[in-house]
Amino acid sequence: MTTKRYSKISIGLHWVIALLIFSAFPIGLYMHDLKLSPTKLHLYSYHKWIGITVLMLAVLRVLWRATHKPPALHLARWQEVASGIVHGFLYLLILAVPMTGWLMSSAKGVKTVWLGIFPLPDLVAKDKALGHILSNVHTALNYTLLVLVVLHIAAALKHHFVDRDDVLLRMLPGK
Amino acid sequence: MKTFNEIIILFALLLMACDASAVEYNQVQSNQSTVSFGYRQMGVPMEGKFGKFAAQVAFDPDKLANAQARIDVTLSSVDSGSSDADESVQGKLWFDTRNYPLASFVATGVKPLGGNRYQATGKLTIKGKTLDVSAPVTLAVIGNRAEFNGSFNIKRLSYGVGIGEWTDLDTVADDIQIRFHLVVLASPASPLSNPPKRK
Repeated sequence: MTTKRYSKISIGLHWVIALLIFSAFPIGLYMHDLKLSPTKLHLYSYHKWIGITVLMLAVLRVLWRATHKPPALHLARWQEVASGIVHGFLYLLILAVPMTGWLMSSAKGVKTVWLGIFPLPDLVAKDKALGHILSNVHTALNYTLLVLVVLHIAAALKHHFVDRDDVLLRMLPGK
Repeated sequence: MKTFNEIIILFALLLMACDASAVEYNQVQSNQSTVSFGYRQMGVPMEGKFGKFAAQVAFDPDKLANAQARIDVTLSSVDSGSSDADESVQGKLWFDTRNYPLASFVATGVKPLGGNRYQATGKLTIKGKTLDVSAPVTLAVIGNRAEFNGSFNIKRLSYGVGIGEWTDLDTVADDIQIRFHLVVLASPASPLSNPPKRK
């Protein structure tokens, strides 16, 4: 049986976004409690640049997904429903996590300048209380994303190694 | 009638004298004035300000040679634009507010640039280091209220502000823009002078 894969664009976006999230998440976790130093400010910038890159790629990914039908699954009904729900939330979070980071940055009075070159507009005015709230929202969404990503990976591995179906292969580059 | 004429002439002379001696602005309104600054951190433009400063100004547009200005900024009142940094910026590597609580600007001269624009020169002391600075100033007068707006750039490292690991200018740039907005009222009118009307 030949595997029907996702389109090359989808596969590329999936793995690039995954790689970026796997970089930004630990940086975010580590940088937060550092004492103020040039290193801390560098890490904050890198974290923000990666986050904005994820946001831009996520917009492309969601648009691409909305206009291109993914290859059919051949799973139990409940698995397809569960998979649909988790994927829906993953799409939502790869947009919402960087978005709340950007908003938080604006509220804290630190403009986001992508790659240190392209200034992004501040979508909210400087507001300490709002910055604090958005910081909590950003954190909560990140842990939600973490849980869903663990679930996502566990399911993919289970399908590949236990069920020995082509669920994971659909998202791997190949012919 | 001779006395009456004399009185008229005297009165006219007085009026002329009043007109010639233009008004002096010297009542600084601290609560309406601001001293703020801008800098770049990781390529990001940041805005900060000082909550507390004492300013003395004596400015008569017709007697620039006598103009005086002094601003003492309480550095511990800094709002760096990022609450994370407010504490650090008072430490030894930055302002070292324990040893140098104030930054002071003392004007040494004012030159007219035409219209309502002037060039102020003076000595700026930060962290025990005094350097010459020069700032274009715009004057806006409404009634007895004068607003002085100006800005100038300094290099933070020339004052030893942000040393040690912060000497690396990739993180926080050397250029700091200092901006001031001073609201100064004219001294209370003497009985014979009319309220000043200047444009």
